[in-house]
Amino acid sequence: MAEIVLDKVTKRYPDGALAASEVDIDIADGEFIILVGPSGCGKSTTLNMIAGLEDISSGELRIGGARMNEKAPKDRDIAMVFQSYALYPHMSVRENMAFPLRLAKVDDREVREKVDEAATILDLTNHLDRKPSNLSGGQRQRVAMGRAIVRSPKAFLMDEPLSNLDAKLRVQMRTSVSKLQKQLGTTTVYVTHDQTEAMTLGDRVVVLRGGYVQQVGSPQFLYEQPANLFVAGFIGSPSMNFFPASLADNRLNTPLGEVELTDRVRRLLEGKDAPREVIAGVRPEHFEDAGLLDEPTRSGGATFRAKVDVLESMGSDKYAYFTVEGEQAVSSELEELAADAGATEVPETGSQVVTRLSAASTATEGGTTELWFDRDKVELFDPSSGVNLTYSG
Amino acid sequence: MTMIGTATPRRKVQWSLLDLAVVIYALVPVLWIVSLSFKTKETLNDGNFIPRSWTLQSYIDIFQTTEFLRALVNSIGIALISTLIAVVIGTMAAYAVARLEFPGKRLLIGVSLLVAMFPQVSLVSPLFEIERALGLFDTWPGLILPYVTFGLPLAIYTLSAFFKEIPWELEKAAKMDGATPAQAFRRVIAPLAAPGVFTTAILVFILTWNDFLFAISLTSTEASRTVPAALSFFTGASQFEDPTGTISAAAVVITIPIIVFVLFFQRRIVAGLTSGAVKG
Ligand SMILES: Nc1ncnc2c1ncn2[C@@H]1O[C@H](COP(=O)(O)OP(=O)(O)OP(=O)(O)O)[C@@H](O)[C@H]1O
Ligand SMILES: [Mg+2]
Repeated sequence: MAEIVLDKVTKRYPDGALAASEVDIDIADGEFIILVGPSGCGKSTTLNMIAGLEDISSGELRIGGARMNEKAPKDRDIAMVFQSYALYPHMSVRENMAFPLRLAKVDDREVREKVDEAATILDLTNHLDRKPSNLSGGQRQRVAMGRAIVRSPKAFLMDEPLSNLDAKLRVQMRTSVSKLQKQLGTTTVYVTHDQTEAMTLGDRVVVLRGGYVQQVGSPQFLYEQPANLFVAGFIGSPSMNFFPASLADNRLNTPLGEVELTDRVRRLLEGKDAPREVIAGVRPEHFEDAGLLDEPTRSGGATFRAKVDVLESMGSDKYAYFTVEGEQAVSSELEELAADAGATEVPETGSQVVTRLSAASTATEGGTTELWFDRDKVELFDPSSGVNLTYSG
Repeated sequence: MTMIGTATPRRKVQWSLLDLAVVIYALVPVLWIVSLSFKTKETLNDGNFIPRSWTLQSYIDIFQTTEFLRALVNSIGIALISTLIAVVIGTMAAYAVARLEFPGKRLLIGVSLLVAMFPQVSLVSPLFEIERALGLFDTWPGLILPYVTFGLPLAIYTLSAFFKEIPWELEKAAKMDGATPAQAFRRVIAPLAAPGVFTTAILVFILTWNDFLFAISLTSTEASRTVPAALSFFTGASQFEDPTGTISAAAVVITIPIIVFVLFFQRRIVAGLTSGAVKG
């Protein structure tokens, strides 16, 4: 067990592609850390540099205090779980899991004990003599985990280990991975592009974009205090709604109406040299059906009327979608997020807004409803730099 | 095949009959040679498919002539050496083709395809002249050289197809599990590549074993004449004797290794071996 430190680690591929740029991460002993970001942002590259499968172009990697840059993967004492599982097809499950121990010249009795122990933890005892090709996806995934845990390495590296499983199994395995990590207490670096996995699994989350670290923090912190537009849009599901807005005399003019800034927001904006034109962000859960609120709460926000395009009832909540007329918020970060989400068709005019309302809401599809949003939860961003002007961390 | 559609008994019978017809059509000439090889000299030309009187005399005869024995030794030696060289070089080349990006990769593939397609007969006369000038004519290396030339493209083609099937992430996994590059190759990649290498070796061996054109053109004595070429020089015990029986016997003898290969190693072409490494 050991802490892992990435000190200005940079990766430039021979063809000139900059896949990771001055990545600084301090991973504590026993911590479960998640690398998350859209496709091609350098997650796998960063993980492979920790593993030793890719050379580090510049910067330093330390594991347990010792410089690792020049060490071969086998001398780093870390185990990796691959997206494809990479099980050895010619070996049985038992042989697969025993492979790292055999290479370490562990004696037969101990190999047997350790494999049996890992098989018990992972519920694979009945499959030890089968070949990987005869296992289900979930079982293969567990064998891959087993192969990683048998030799009690200093750290686990996992590259999208659950992405080949179907949705239900993924949720199930997510819980077992989390439990297993707690039980073993081994430092773990986990790569995913699924923000739900990132939020639920990690002690801390690292958001990457185009090879640059955007923000590092606990899931809750990233959700409440996103450092910039990109993190704000990436973390949270459904994602935050963005509108173009303008600031004047402590009032914020948004397409949803004009609101007065709360004291908290005003204080945060002070000394930040905020531009006049900003991007305002409101999370879906900070909207509510105005009809359900009592007067004091109502006055803490702003109300407006909107025609609901689509209403999805989830039982516990209702999701209401509506369109706001006028300009859309524009920034390179938002474009990238939209591209990553696969949103190719952009509405001609106006932007779509997602709101999460209580199940008691009387909103109907096609009908006009009075909606409310919390003034104090509005986040403001600088459109040119993407920086969160209401960031307090 | 017969299971396609509804496999009614009637359909099964139809298919079986058709299969049988094809097999008979293909096998009659072979069986004819076998039959001739077991006939006595007197009944050779009686036109019976099943010999009236059986004898092993033709087999005994050919194994008593140095002519055939020398040719057999030449055939085995030359085919084995050619196969070994072609497969070793082919493995390295195919590995490079499957795994690495290097300048001239497409050219290499193009040229090897070209060599494989080249009409061999157009090479015979120049090769004859070159080998005479170099003193390679009628020697083992003189035959091994063209065999490797034509065996190599075949080897590169089949092997690179096999190598592309190997999930190379396994190599990374082995490294992470603590293997040195040599251990990763020996314990993970080699076992997966073995069936491909083996299959390729058999194909190249059969190619060289069956060659007649180079064997007849580039040899002149027992020093390097292989069986297919030697057969055409067979005479009977005396000049007036019909060599048909001995030729047939020799033909049967050199067919045996091929039959053995095909029967026993058919199943070694286990393309499915690698399935299960990644999500199936
Ligand atoms: N071998 C390579 N040579 C050149 N460029 C590469 C190589 N591997 C990756 N890249 C580039 O580096 C960047 C980061 O790649 P990486 O595989 O780390 O992305 P990722 O975040 O893991 O994405 P994904 O979620 O799709 O797996 C990409 O722009 C990619 O094109
Ligand atoms: Mg990746």
